[in-house]
Amino acid sequence: MSQPTGPASQGHAHKQPAPPPDLMDVTLTINGSRKTLRVAPWTSLLDALRLHLDMTGTKKGCDHGQCGACTVLVDGRRINSCLTLAVMAEGRTVTTIEGLASGDALHPLQEAFVEHDAFQCGYCTPGQICSAVGMLEEGHARTDDDIRELMSGNLCRCGAYPNIVAAIRQVMDSQAQKDGGKP
Amino acid sequence: MRAFSYDRPDSVDAALRGVANQPGTTTEAAVKFVAGGTNLLDLMKADVMRPDRLVDISRLNLDKIEEVDGGGLRLGALARNSDTAYDARVQARYPMLSKAILAGASAQLRNMATNGGNLLQRTRCYYFYDTGTPCNKREPGTGCGALTGVNRIHAILGASDHCIAVHPSDMCVALAALEAIVRVTGPKGERTIPFADFHRLPGDTPHIDSTLAADELITAIDLPAKGFAEHSTYLKVRDRASYAFALVSVAAALELDGQTIRTARLALGGVAHKPWRDPAAEAELAGKPASLENFREASRVLLRDAKGQSHNAFKIGLAERAIVRALAEAAGVEHP
Amino acid sequence: MIAKPTIPDPLERSNPRPGAQIGKPVSRVDGRLKVTGGAKYAAEFNTPGLAHGYIVSSAIARGRILAIDTSKALALPGVFQVFTHQNRPSLPWFDRKWKDDDAPKGSPFRPLYDATIHHALQPIALVVAESFELARYAARLIHVTYEADEHQTDLHAASADAFTPGKDKGGFQPPPKPRGDADKALAEAEVSVDLDFTQAVEHHNPMEMHASTVIYHNDGTLTVHDKTQGPINTQTYVCNVFDLSKDAVRVISPFVGGAFGSGLRPQHQLFMAVLAATTLKRSVRVELSRPQMFSFGHRPEALQRVALGAKKDGTLTAVIHEAVQETSQTENYVEVVVNWSGQQYKCDNVRLDYKLARMDTHTPLDQRAPGAATGVPALEIAMDALAAKLGMDPLELRLKNYTEVDPNTGKPFSSKELRACFQQGAERFGWHKRSHAPRSMREGRQLIGWGMATGVWDAMQGQAVASARLGIDGTLTVGSATADIGPGTYTAMTQIAADILGLPIDRVSFQLGDTNLPMAPLQGGSWTVSSVGSAVKAVCDRLRDKLAGLAVGLNDGPLKGLKADDLHFADGCLIAKSDPSWRLSITEVMRANDLLVLEDEARSIPYYKSQMQHALGTHSAIFAEVRVDEDLGTVQVTRVVSAVAAGRIINPKTARSQVLGAVVWGIGMALEEETMTDQRLGRFMNHDFGEYHIPVNADVHDIDVIFVEEHDDIVNPLGAKGVGEIGIVGVPAAIANAIYHATGKRLCDLPITVDKILGA
Repeated sequence: MSQPTGPASQGHAHKQPAPPPDLMDVTLTINGSRKTLRVAPWTSLLDALRLHLDMTGTKKGCDHGQCGACTVLVDGRRINSCLTLAVMAEGRTVTTIEGLASGDALHPLQEAFVEHDAFQCGYCTPGQICSAVGMLEEGHARTDDDIRELMSGNLCRCGAYPNIVAAIRQVMDSQAQKDGGKP
Repeated sequence: MRAFSYDRPDSVDAALRGVANQPGTTTEAAVKFVAGGTNLLDLMKADVMRPDRLVDISRLNLDKIEEVDGGGLRLGALARNSDTAYDARVQARYPMLSKAILAGASAQLRNMATNGGNLLQRTRCYYFYDTGTPCNKREPGTGCGALTGVNRIHAILGASDHCIAVHPSDMCVALAALEAIVRVTGPKGERTIPFADFHRLPGDTPHIDSTLAADELITAIDLPAKGFAEHSTYLKVRDRASYAFALVSVAAALELDGQTIRTARLALGGVAHKPWRDPAAEAELAGKPASLENFREASRVLLRDAKGQSHNAFKIGLAERAIVRALAEAAGVEHP
Repeated sequence: MIAKPTIPDPLERSNPRPGAQIGKPVSRVDGRLKVTGGAKYAAEFNTPGLAHGYIVSSAIARGRILAIDTSKALALPGVFQVFTHQNRPSLPWFDRKWKDDDAPKGSPFRPLYDATIHHALQPIALVVAESFELARYAARLIHVTYEADEHQTDLHAASADAFTPGKDKGGFQPPPKPRGDADKALAEAEVSVDLDFTQAVEHHNPMEMHASTVIYHNDGTLTVHDKTQGPINTQTYVCNVFDLSKDAVRVISPFVGGAFGSGLRPQHQLFMAVLAATTLKRSVRVELSRPQMFSFGHRPEALQRVALGAKKDGTLTAVIHEAVQETSQTENYVEVVVNWSGQQYKCDNVRLDYKLARMDTHTPLDQRAPGAATGVPALEIAMDALAAKLGMDPLELRLKNYTEVDPNTGKPFSSKELRACFQQGAERFGWHKRSHAPRSMREGRQLIGWGMATGVWDAMQGQAVASARLGIDGTLTVGSATADIGPGTYTAMTQIAADILGLPIDRVSFQLGDTNLPMAPLQGGSWTVSSVGSAVKAVCDRLRDKLAGLAVGLNDGPLKGLKADDLHFADGCLIAKSDPSWRLSITEVMRANDLLVLEDEARSIPYYKSQMQHALGTHSAIFAEVRVDEDLGTVQVTRVVSAVAAGRIINPKTARSQVLGAVVWGIGMALEEETMTDQRLGRFMNHDFGEYHIPVNADVHDIDVIFVEEHDDIVNPLGAKGVGEIGIVGVPAAIANAIYHATGKRLCDLPITVDKILGA
């Protein structure tokens, strides 16, 4: 029995393939510094960071928006960098895990993650932390259950969830204390 | 991802010129709009969608949420799902919609995904995503893999022998129940599409998801004044507590006169190729007391033509229970 | 005479943490790297000119490739090569060249070897291009024509031809011979249960997708960054398959983004990357896609039967456990899921049968607690069913049949504090408040259930070598070629070394993940602390003895004349036990002996003799609370208490995390994880994170971990048994038993999804 169906045999197979796309200039402000890079339109923001800029702190866990390991902040909002084209981020401000600490001083969430052992293998961790930064900024989490729900876009196969919640809770509480109970 | 070119026009008119003269529906188009990118780029990486060109509309001025005459609300097509869900007016007047949006995807994806894009989400059918398998939606004429394959997550209503895929959106289920209006613009000017007519059933052309033409752009979604804020809910049943598509979801909205139902709206997600509404089931409730018994009867009417496949027959009973639960919650009826 | 170096004594000024380091909840020493994005994983070593590979996967499950048309891919500028079975270089013919340290009996899979398709998603071509996106694009342009044969991927059907394997894989013994007559005893039992179980296929799905970056050096040597649980295993495989000398292949994998068994065998991305690098003579990276993470080993599907007979007082009179699991057509993967059923409880009539059925899938692969994770829940659900039938508290039934010796072998346990686990776990959970009737607790539409189960895992030890280098500045560097896939090996080894030499943690660094370091076995089976930790202890003991000898020999020193045993090590000093004011710092001892460094290497060898005379294992008691939505069939695991007896705990903070994580795995196993096969296509269908559900944050609530004190001089010199696996074993049973208690429904097919709860 002959089966002609192959992974790439369908549809456009008869057409001559288009050549690789032309490169475009993209300027981004990443962790405070302006970067211009030349990328093809098909390059995701994630691959631009990891491959073009050698900023490998942002992780690729699925490349399809199903795990959250690639979470970065664009104009202050947490997003999946795997589902954003670098060219679409033109002119935007991008914050990655490499940009959270100030010098030797870790971001409070980074400190709390270490203290609460909120990771094991560490691969989802940059995404978890960036996501938590975004979540605290959004300001919709009040309870531990809120944290659990609003952090559910970040899978952790090591199952560090209870420690992740504890770490975020600690930072949330200390921020609330600093704000003197302001809403 | 196949090779494609990229363009970022700075006006709606320029965007429309980018897709001008494309025949057929937007599903089939070779030039695609991209805004949030959360579904399109995913499908392009999976080699399921292969546009020649992307027209980036994400910066067009269509991201507002505004009051409209007559008491409704206009949701800009490019307003982000998260901004829509947390908008104070949406939360106060259309809590069912807010709840539905927040039941979908993840916080990150909701920060990216736009309202217009949410309507154009494509199915999560395994076969649609796996180019090594047959799928009439991805490649017409190859057959439906799910029909004889793994179909636990598939349709129980409105399916055909050509396709048993379901629409994955939560937001759309609430929009269907609210009878939202989709505003689109194209070469012939603006037009509106009632929500019930926006998505299609698969029939023998399952490769077409919606009635939006290939040269048209969604500009906004209008919510009618009636938001059922008092008595409505969105209930989603899934395989894990969050970040999963619905096995079954229910948008239930009631207008009550004391304990009597004046109007009922009921839409199901996860069960059909489009958000499923049935006027007969809603009519069944009108004028009757808000009781579990009547809710059960309405669910039976709604599901009267439901048909299970080898792995998903459980969805029929589940949908029935979910409908009753959602209506009871909307009505504030105590479950024994 | 050598002038004494004028090095200040940093130990005198450092901030010493007095006392022992072992047993302290030290924060991960690599924590900072992990939270700042500084930890580099296999796909994160970039180099100029790096080429990228993308794999093409088979569309059919069994048959042959008739033709592969690569012309369109090769026509694209920037595509360097497409590798297929047709243009691959010469590769070894003998199976032994393809074997790795975790290979079972049989013929290992050989990528791109010939036109044969053994399983769906099999890698059949590799595109190498100047960019990742281009390689992926070009891969889509490859046209493959197949000739498909009939395939078998249905375990129920395949089990008709099941066979009894031998000792086909390291670490697993065939079942013991039957004791007594279990079938007769079952038939005559006053009370009995007889249940069938299914366990779905599960994929490891570590967050980091498998990747290998091969750096090609001008002299033809390679540096390989591979996602592996054993750098030496990777090196050996590459050398054997590609006929390279060990000098030519160095593996450096300092961080591994989870593995859970997936990195125990070299996966095909390694082969592909080395093939491309050596052929093209350039550096190449190959990273699998998430769907391709379903193209190699998995936890095998299992069909099981457990039948128990008992007297009315709960005394077990019969235990029967039969299981059939899948394996591939070419290798005999065994994990003998039944053996623990003969070990857990005292019973005179026991029959354990284990069979394999061949299917057209990739060879299964060890996944967290292989065997026990599948088999023990079946026994433990059956025990719960028996308790229900007897009208007995499930915990009482277990205590009634408690055993101090391993009934499979008659040997005593080297240590077994399971009673303490039951007692402390039950107390923490509040088990005594349980009303035993099913469906007796509810809140609105939520049925609440409490269930419990026992867990067990083997305590194992392998040989390992560690090196140590103590500098006169008081810094100690210890190394061994093990991995740290997440348990905290860097931290635990650092603690062991610091403890023995009385050094502060920040003076000690541990190196791993590099084949230039001394030999260590694969990281798996919870044996790293036991194996590598013992080697670290051994080498540090040697340094300690040397230092002590030098110190007591110093003529004008305060310790002169004392014996080595009269000293202890703390704060970077050697201190007389009799008078703590008599002390010398390590730096002083070395300086006085004209030593700049002190180096050594030591091998840990298990206590074979005493270990042979004992049964070695970790034990646990798990208590779970669930809330089941009666209408919708959804389950929430609201509370879990896991009480673990695993010997000495080196680091309670990281060990707790391991058990927490394993409980999360147990939740996934009980309720969510299942790779579904389209039998007509012979293909896994839900091959992504959207549809293969692992627990998310919202699925996980209160988890309480107790480490029960347990002393053991036999398992290894540290007395530590390891906690990587024990945390998962039994958890699915505790949850399934809680669901029974909540609903009255006895569900034996894992995962217990909404449809099963509603359907039962």
